[in-house]
Amino acid sequence: MHYESPVRNPLILGDKSYSDITNDIAKPVESKAPRAWWIAFSIAFIMFLWGVGCILYTIGTGIGVWGLNKTVDWAWDITNFVWWVGIGHAGTLISAVLLLFRQKWRMAINRSAEAMTIFSVIQAGLFPLIHMGRIWMAYWVMPIPNQYGSLWVNFNSPLLWDVFAISTYLTVSTVFWYVGLIPDFAMIRDRAINPVQKHIYKLLSFGWGGKAKHWQRFEEVSLVLAGLATPLVLSVHTIVSFDFATSVIPGWHTTIFPPYFVAGAIFSGFAMVQTLLLIVRKIFKMEDYINIEHIEMMNIVIMVTGSIVGVAYITELFIAWYSGVEYEQYAFLNRATGPYFWAYWAMMTCNVFSPQFMWFKKLRTNLIFTFVISIVVNIGMWFERFVIIVTSIHRDYLPSSWSMFSPTFVDIGIYIGTIGFFFVLFLLYARTFPVIAQAELKTILKSSGENFKKHHDEHGAH
Amino acid sequence: MGHTKHNPTVRALFNDDDVVLGAVKDLRSNGYEVSEVYSPFPIHGLDEAMGLKRTRLSTAAFFYGLTGLFFASWLTYYTMNLDWPQNIGGKPNSMWFLNMPSFVPVMFELTVFFAAHLMCWSYFAVNGLYPGAKAQNPDPRTTDDHFLMEVELEGDEDALNKKLKELGALEISKIEA
Repeated sequence: MHYESPVRNPLILGDKSYSDITNDIAKPVESKAPRAWWIAFSIAFIMFLWGVGCILYTIGTGIGVWGLNKTVDWAWDITNFVWWVGIGHAGTLISAVLLLFRQKWRMAINRSAEAMTIFSVIQAGLFPLIHMGRIWMAYWVMPIPNQYGSLWVNFNSPLLWDVFAISTYLTVSTVFWYVGLIPDFAMIRDRAINPVQKHIYKLLSFGWGGKAKHWQRFEEVSLVLAGLATPLVLSVHTIVSFDFATSVIPGWHTTIFPPYFVAGAIFSGFAMVQTLLLIVRKIFKMEDYINIEHIEMMNIVIMVTGSIVGVAYITELFIAWYSGVEYEQYAFLNRATGPYFWAYWAMMTCNVFSPQFMWFKKLRTNLIFTFVISIVVNIGMWFERFVIIVTSIHRDYLPSSWSMFSPTFVDIGIYIGTIGFFFVLFLLYARTFPVIAQAELKTILKSSGENFKKHHDEHGAH
Repeated sequence: MGHTKHNPTVRALFNDDDVVLGAVKDLRSNGYEVSEVYSPFPIHGLDEAMGLKRTRLSTAAFFYGLTGLFFASWLTYYTMNLDWPQNIGGKPNSMWFLNMPSFVPVMFELTVFFAAHLMCWSYFAVNGLYPGAKAQNPDPRTTDDHFLMEVELEGDEDALNKKLKELGALEISKIEA
């Protein structure tokens, strides 16, 4: 029953017992924060405060404080929005799609990946809200009866589809995450010594006791939520791409956008998971649980999705030429050779060229190299959105209105602020939540633990 | 514990999932009623071994999703086609059905929204989970690496205790009903 082919590498290293898993995962919650945590938290918090200041300045003065002009009327705000939503996608992919495929390696990383999803979708949601200008009118995006007739929201508009997609995605990801967290909060509650801590985890764990019927329901609910979250995550970036694809701007009006955006989202999201987990495993000494096997698997996903993105870029170029539409052709020619050529080639280098190194086992199992590539990929994916958005609109049909975009300190400040906010949330999470789904991990200890596998090899299968 | 029992219960503590699963099978084949097992993680096959029925939460989720789909259909029909129809990009809006392709994303999202959230609320409700609820497990070790079984005592107590010891129980205690 607990047998697994010796071909598969162990996922839990060392001579671990169930109680070792409990101790190792409860440790960061129960011990004092390491110095590195405080340093990282302070930097992130300062960035966050700077962002708050820039957001307040924007709301108080108006979006004229951004670098937008009459031609480039969408720039960093929507770039950052798409970038953050895309990053979020990997969490759901890991927890839902890999659950449906019964991939055991997901169990060490799904908790943190989902946390990343939720925190990055929060950052993404900030941008449309502040871009509204009058944020106190934000409730107008909801179909609420009002004194104007009622004048309803427009359900034909992809921007409204986005409101529904993002809010469904954020809330469903949150409950999915929380359902899985409850048994792990109960674990911390049951071993807490400090009464304040015990009380907090008692509140958070909802009284969970691990009854047989409850576990049966838990597994069913996880499976159904995974089944719901899988099409949901694909729909979210599809709908984000509709914001562009349903318009008639050359460079945006293409049917390839939905699959291309989804592949790019998974690509950038996995890169961010790598960045975060390489730090988490080091600071919290989780190397036995998040080991080279997991890193390699994620690098393979990065390589495959990066190549899909590459194919999409080339398809776009080909179709622009093949369409025979001169405006479409110019849009792509301008991207590659126009004044924003550097952004285009930065995107190509980071997203298409750099993941190809992962074909080499030596490189994809090298931690430093993986860390560098994960950062490079996220820079590249930011440029991808910038290229799609700004280079498509900065030269429109009327050459007299052609212009360039340069960000003001407020554009930059808000972007930096969201990075700070993201890390503030993630660092707080890493200190107070069980960063690995320990209950799930215990179910694979006997099949994928190093000591148990060794025992099987030496003493036969059963 | 929900329902009241007439028989006293014997609690046996184990430290291995395979042992506890084997013990449940053995006890049930010998006519004992295993009323509960508290475990730190889901044990594959335990629900069948204990004779638990399949949960109906997934069926409920299907109907919750259907509710969301109907709600979205009604909402888009009412706001876009009945209450204040407008010409938006020349899209046909004389009938909901003709306008429906524009509403597919929202219909899908609301289906998922209703199915996921209502299923989770149902899950919390049937399990008696809410913020601040008292821990349901009688022994805190069962969220770490121990497994606690509750067997209804019928007949000879010593025979049951002996049986549980043979099956690998570490500690045995009795609670009166």
